[in-house]
Amino acid sequence: MQEADIKFLEDSFKKYYFEHFDLIRVPERTFEREFGYQKFNSGMTRHISIKDDKELHLLFMQNIPSDVYCSNAYYSFPNLPMNEKDWKEADLIFDIDAKDLNLSCRENHTVSICNECNQVSKSSEHCLKCNSTKIEKKSLPCKNCIDSSKTEVSKLSEILIDDLAIDQENIHVYFSGNEGFHVYVYGSQFQQIGSRERSELADYIMFNGIIPETFGMKKFKPNRSSFPDFNEKGWRGRFSKQVFGSKSKRSKIISELLVNGYSSFQKTLDDVSENIGVKIDPNVTMDIHRIFRLPGSINSKSGLTKILCKNLTKFDPYSEASFLSDESVEVFANCPIEFCLKNKKFGPFINEKVTIPTFAAVYMVCKKLATIA
Amino acid sequence: MLALGQDEIAKYPFLADAGQYLKDKGFTLEQFGSDPDLKQLIDKAFERIQVAANGKIYKSDLIGNQVSKEAALPREVFSFLLAIVLLKLSGMHTLIKRFALAEARRAEKYLEKDLANISDESKKELAIRIIDDLFSVQVEKLDDYFVITVSDYLKHSINFHEREWKLINRHVENGQVFLTPHETVRLIRKELGTYINSKIINAKTPTMIPGFEGSVNKLVSLSKKFITFTVTTGEYPPCIKHAIKELEKGENLPHSGRFMLGAFLLSKGQSVEQIAPLFKNAPDYNERVTLYQLNHLAGTSGSGTKYLCPSCEKLKTQDLCFAIPECDNIINPLQFGKKRK
Repeated sequence: MQEADIKFLEDSFKKYYFEHFDLIRVPERTFEREFGYQKFNSGMTRHISIKDDKELHLLFMQNIPSDVYCSNAYYSFPNLPMNEKDWKEADLIFDIDAKDLNLSCRENHTVSICNECNQVSKSSEHCLKCNSTKIEKKSLPCKNCIDSSKTEVSKLSEILIDDLAIDQENIHVYFSGNEGFHVYVYGSQFQQIGSRERSELADYIMFNGIIPETFGMKKFKPNRSSFPDFNEKGWRGRFSKQVFGSKSKRSKIISELLVNGYSSFQKTLDDVSENIGVKIDPNVTMDIHRIFRLPGSINSKSGLTKILCKNLTKFDPYSEASFLSDESVEVFANCPIEFCLKNKKFGPFINEKVTIPTFAAVYMVCKKLATIA
Repeated sequence: MLALGQDEIAKYPFLADAGQYLKDKGFTLEQFGSDPDLKQLIDKAFERIQVAANGKIYKSDLIGNQVSKEAALPREVFSFLLAIVLLKLSGMHTLIKRFALAEARRAEKYLEKDLANISDESKKELAIRIIDDLFSVQVEKLDDYFVITVSDYLKHSINFHEREWKLINRHVENGQVFLTPHETVRLIRKELGTYINSKIINAKTPTMIPGFEGSVNKLVSLSKKFITFTVTTGEYPPCIKHAIKELEKGENLPHSGRFMLGAFLLSKGQSVEQIAPLFKNAPDYNERVTLYQLNHLAGTSGSGTKYLCPSCEKLKTQDLCFAIPECDNIINPLQFGKKRK
């Protein structure tokens, strides 16, 4: 990124931070957390411990970071190197990202930026100008992306509450600031479990690694009675609703499944998994030493803020997570996709100089689709 | 420590304080080496180890009802305690491991029986208490099932590689996992083995006792049977081949895939400099970052931790596993192509 662009982003971010300290709060048990931050065009600084809101705000003002992070883990000595921190426990975290949902809308709003010649082309595996394969993909998520991510969050919450007995009020959903949601679970029976256990939990939630026997299909002498009932709890119940559709069809469909046999049932399970499994990123859930974007901080991939969604159904990130100023700025834009921020439409811009509000300019500069004129 | 009756000690002899037990019964180890009647028990102890070494479970006198209970019970405990003395005197760790596992499986049978006992509530209570005391797993009875919390279940089930133990293949409700008595006990088998093993390892090794030498020597030669040699074909497993292919094509291999490849090749003895060029086709290739990350994996920078290649199970979760029939029975890509001879 060029000097002028970095300066522009830093100025815009700084203004936001200065005016919105109310949104940037240290999490509970601050002393036990590890903090970290990144500056534009620079590496990660982590293993920092912070005492209170005041110290946190100082970090923001002194460094003007592009991104700020905080651990979901609790340590005795958060500022020491990883193997001396003395890990105690970690909140359970799930990451749901629109880019992992195999959505058909994606190709309409994803562009490829060539790392060699900076050419911007519509989603492609190589540069249309110089044929290089060193491509960086940038997406401007649409309403469908956000809605589909919300659906995954709801599916996840249902499993957490019904199967894993987690209280609704201990589940907090945050917009990640870019393309999805971070779901935090506090104070559960899973606080102290390690990475391998969390990986198993992720498989459970994703509906991964199922054997046909679990859903009633036996390899030898299969019989009708072991298939799940419509009203069963947990995955057997969700499986029934998905596969049988209604109580009246159950019997007929079981007959079909039995005729088709064991290996075909495995295929059915894979298809069902695509629908009822929750599409979380398992790497995030199983990492117990990760630092996560701090709520209230800006995501430098978009210029939007990571914020708590109090009402997920109604939540609209493009109006509720955009906090930057309306002040006009002039940019060279090469953004072939239309986008909407604070209820205003922008683009498409094809290699043109435009004057637009700061919040929209930051969005494009963060996506590498515009530079300061 | 639990207060145990005579027949409980016979079923779960590893719960007894060995020295105290002998004292209470009025015996010393030396007597077993010299008294012709007691000496038979050393043979019994040897037999108990031999059965375990062959991967079988020692058949107790208690089961056939051939002898009176009063005589059989202490003999049962003595043969266990003497087996430990023999193992300690022989110093053969492979035998200790096999013995601990076999004894765990023997105890498992009794635990399962006690858990499922509907006529004697106290037997069930004891089994539940043993599981709680030894492994901090709280088991509750719910209708025909035993339930434990999902987190306790996971702590133990991750030691299993069979798919039926995956949480997704379990009846989960309300934060709890539903198990049969058999499954409840099976879940802690490994820990039971580890517990017995550590009890033996931590026991004091006595000086050689006259009358024990013969059996100890026999154990030393018995253990030689279990020395194994392995050969490796040198071929890469499919997950590693896939990762290399992706990189060659210039595809964006995810971070987890790069981690796996780096850690695998480092474990196979390749140097950071040999591995780094593999990544140069990656869309976001940066030589400095690649070297930094590989050095980090190798433990030559950062905290000094050497990272290990992730297990097959983890790779499955990460969508990096492309198993072929030759992958059967391995749990880590590093084991691919290794054969015992």
